[in-house]
Amino acid sequence: MTGMTPVGAQEDAPTSAAPTPAHALARPSGASFDPARPYRLHPKVALRPERFGALAYSYDTRRLSLLRDADLVAVVRALADAPSAGDALAAVPAVKRAAVERALARLVETGFVQPR
Amino acid sequence: MSITDLARPSAGVPAAVTTALAPLAPALPPSPASSSLQQQLLRGLEAPICLTWEWTYACNLQCVHCLSSSGRRDPRELDTAQMRSVVDQLAELQVFYVNVGGGEPMTRPDFFEVLEYSVDHGVGVKFSTNGGMIDADKAHRLAALDYVDVQISLDGADAMTNDPVRGLGSYDRARTAMGHLADAGFGAFKLSVVVTRHNVAQLDSFAALAADYGAELRVTRLRPSGRGQDSWTRLHPTAAQQRDLHSWLIARPEVLTGDSFFHLAAYGQALPGLNLCGAGRVVCLIDPVGDVYACPFALHEHFRAGSVLDEGGFARVWRSSDLFTELREPDNPGACTSCGHYDACQGGCMAAKFFTGLPLDGPDPECVLGHGEAALSAVNPNSLPIIDNDHSKRRRLPLAVL
Repeated sequence: MTGMTPVGAQEDAPTSAAPTPAHALARPSGASFDPARPYRLHPKVALRPERFGALAYSYDTRRLSLLRDADLVAVVRALADAPSAGDALAAVPAVKRAAVERALARLVETGFVQPR
Repeated sequence: MSITDLARPSAGVPAAVTTALAPLAPALPPSPASSSLQQQLLRGLEAPICLTWEWTYACNLQCVHCLSSSGRRDPRELDTAQMRSVVDQLAELQVFYVNVGGGEPMTRPDFFEVLEYSVDHGVGVKFSTNGGMIDADKAHRLAALDYVDVQISLDGADAMTNDPVRGLGSYDRARTAMGHLADAGFGAFKLSVVVTRHNVAQLDSFAALAADYGAELRVTRLRPSGRGQDSWTRLHPTAAQQRDLHSWLIARPEVLTGDSFFHLAAYGQALPGLNLCGAGRVVCLIDPVGDVYACPFALHEHFRAGSVLDEGGFARVWRSSDLFTELREPDNPGACTSCGHYDACQGGCMAAKFFTGLPLDGPDPECVLGHGEAALSAVNPNSLPIIDNDHSKRRRLPLAVL
């Protein structure tokens, strides 16, 4: 299965009631994804390789996501050096490119990946 | 710990964000985690997602339900250099954060030194404390650290309910600590409550109390581990209370549970979370002397997999110890697997079964279908496992007895 599965917010994820400075930064970006633009992994996100792909952890939002596809992981890692997200996505086999792109768009919306 | 603290949507996050998604299967429900994800996690990860690390057995309290039977420091506890070495190992494995507990971790003279070392090396720290050692200065010091989260334990919404469990004066000290954290601008710390027969009716009061401090409420399951083996029978929620608790939590997805009530999924609706026992697969525990246990609620030789001081360190224990390898194998057939609700509750909590004398492939003692009660009545009290890791303070006899 291709995809990214946020296993949910960490306990200390932001609440609307009492954002702290650190937590305020941690809000999901809400950004929309545009494949023509350049992106990068958020500097406070760590990727850990796993059998199924990778685990991503955001030290900002304290959220964890499972990137459940090797091609998605490769695209995310390639973003920083690619002129645009679309260029990074071009390496993905055509048959699953749309699925990987949707997963990448979710990573942008949740702030794991950001425009640069 | 079950899977702990991950799979919780949080109040400020739009529902869509926490919806499990997989582009090829967009209809996946938000919870429980999809079964294929669950299967992947049950086979184990390269390193734990949630690692509990007890920093000391020393404690300034003597809670009657202490999971780790803490009280006295163990002379073999890791020294500062060894603690740093464990942090180095965890950083190398990309363990993103640790859940630090004890004992009372703040009793360690090097508490802030190890805390800062860990954070500086990319291993975030969430630590549980009774708050008794958080004064205004320490609250400011904590507030200045990134990647540090604090959980203050309180087991009653008033002193009359809390203090019989956690000790005389412990309610007031926890409230004082909460005040210091709020005054220091720490932000959203957590108020952590173990649900008992006596405080389950106070859940709304706890929620209000947390809100007063800008804190989040976290409620977890009482386990019959450690000193809890003696107190569980009179403290654990009744069957009717358990049902009410499930309804209360379903209505309040913003309340954190550390995924500890996954056995309640057999009522028919799972709480948000991964809903599985993560022991040895995604969670484990390092105790104050460096021993590694599969489950944070089972500090017992039966669940000890090795030591961080062994050759190969923590990584070798995690990756290739016999116990962890065994736990990652598919379920053995057992009494529970033939139950129609097995997929929901996953057989419940291993530690709860073990310390109440139930077979590990049998029902959870608090099985919502009532299978636990029947099984418990057949347990010979003399056959209960001995707590082999007791650091309780020696009881002080009243003068009249001496």
